[in-house]
Amino acid sequence: MGNMITITGLTKRFGSFAAVDKISFSVEKGEVLGFLGPNGAGKSTTMKMLTGYLPITDGRAAVCGFDVVGESLEARRRIGYLPEGAPLYGDMSGLAFLNFVAEIRGFRGSEIKQRVDYAVDRLELQSVINKPIETLSKGFKRRVGLAQAILHDPDVLILDEPTDGLDPNQKHQVRTLIKDMAQDKAIVISTHLLEEVSAVCTRAVVIAQGKIVFDGSPVEFAAKSSTHNAVIVKISGTVDGGLRTGLGSIQGVDRVETVGSEGALMLVPASGGSIIEDVSLFVRDKNIEVDELYVERGHLDQVFRELTNAQ
Amino acid sequence: MGNTWVITKRELGAYFSTPLAYVFIVIFLALSGALTFFMGAFFDRGQADLNSFFSFHPWIYLFLIPAVAMRLWSEERKTGTVELLLTLPMPTWQIVIGKYMAAWIFVAIALALTFPLWITVNWLGDPDNGVIVASYIGSLVMAGGYLAIGSCISAFTKNQVIAFILAAVVCFIFLMSGVEIVQAFFQPWAPLFVLDAIQSMSFLTHFNGIVRGVIDLRDLIYFGSIIGVFLYANAAVIDLTRGS
Repeated sequence: MGNMITITGLTKRFGSFAAVDKISFSVEKGEVLGFLGPNGAGKSTTMKMLTGYLPITDGRAAVCGFDVVGESLEARRRIGYLPEGAPLYGDMSGLAFLNFVAEIRGFRGSEIKQRVDYAVDRLELQSVINKPIETLSKGFKRRVGLAQAILHDPDVLILDEPTDGLDPNQKHQVRTLIKDMAQDKAIVISTHLLEEVSAVCTRAVVIAQGKIVFDGSPVEFAAKSSTHNAVIVKISGTVDGGLRTGLGSIQGVDRVETVGSEGALMLVPASGGSIIEDVSLFVRDKNIEVDELYVERGHLDQVFRELTNAQ
Repeated sequence: MGNTWVITKRELGAYFSTPLAYVFIVIFLALSGALTFFMGAFFDRGQADLNSFFSFHPWIYLFLIPAVAMRLWSEERKTGTVELLLTLPMPTWQIVIGKYMAAWIFVAIALALTFPLWITVNWLGDPDNGVIVASYIGSLVMAGGYLAIGSCISAFTKNQVIAFILAAVVCFIFLMSGVEIVQAFFQPWAPLFVLDAIQSMSFLTHFNGIVRGVIDLRDLIYFGSIIGVFLYANAAVIDLTRGS
């Protein structure tokens, strides 16, 4: 059984407003699915339905084959969930909190210590584990929330903005953790950070106004950029009109644009095809002196904007 | 039931991790003591019983119990931890009962701390300890009724102050429904069975029954049903207010 999460026609309506509108996708073991979308697009709502917090208006969702409504407890046992903003009991110490979650998760006696130690170790929480959670920094709070989610080694991890508010080092740490755990789990993370998708995700799903507008690999996502595979050339000295026309006539080049004030040129390929070989051949043949020559992977922000503003 | 107890332990810990617990206990002891001796004229009555102590409980509870109950769900909803709690693998009713039990145990602790009064009255005279035990049970059961109302109302709102005020108002209605002023309001127009129903809903009537030293099964069933109905409603409210 490959599919750990199966969502079919999932819908959530608040009154007449459809926050999530008939979305369907499934996540297999080993996949890290990056759930993208503007604020209010329905990312958190989808995750809340999947974890059994919000009632479903229509459609169904199953985790490891268990329906999240009909077999809610079975489904919830297999999920590790980090809600948005990582809410925690501030008056408890990290250790007391993790012990509490471990007990609710059904661990008893020495198992509790074992599971808590595992989670504390994974998130490197040793130094703060006895302090009240409310006194911890944002990064540590987030990590306590993550520790709570991975404590029972769940098959499915659902993390709502796991790196939000973390500094770059902490972000890196959390991403490494997600990648390490990805092998035998299905992981869904929601994020605003597009770089996160290329950094940890094996798949990106973009949702806007409750509907899925993109579902594919991060590479395919980047490929939707109009500047995907464009080549940036920075030529030493001045660029005259002839040279510009010459560059424009290279096979596969659609148009030439000026970028920045340094006189760099961007050669945009006709249909996202690879033109770097032809461009470098041209530059060598004509003995043009170049300071920089590189391939543009495409602007994720731009793709994101195009996808989510389309409707 | 194991999970219910885990919740109860956590909630009890939460009570004692804030000053609320100590403030409540001190005020409860000071207030019940002061009322017993000054307004209840404990010494002047010249009787070896604790009637002057217990007769104030319905009134003290009226605003102290909503204060204990107000944080049960409002706080969870405000901080968002309710989402964490409700996505853990346990049914909602277990959480409702677990939290409720914690509040009840907490009130029981406060009530138990009034034991010096019991010792005093035994030292001064020769009271009917059976009546006193019955009164303690009655007081605790009535506190349970107030708490169930408070817990249910706390699930309606993120705001603890609103939860407190609403709970106090509802408790007041339940407390007063047997009193003549309330009855006089309904008498001219309501049919007799409604009048009886309203009167039989009164905390005061049932509590006074128990304090007389008679633990009538009907009084216990009454408080038991109040607790049952409000905790059931509590779970329903939690399901209705998910995500709002």
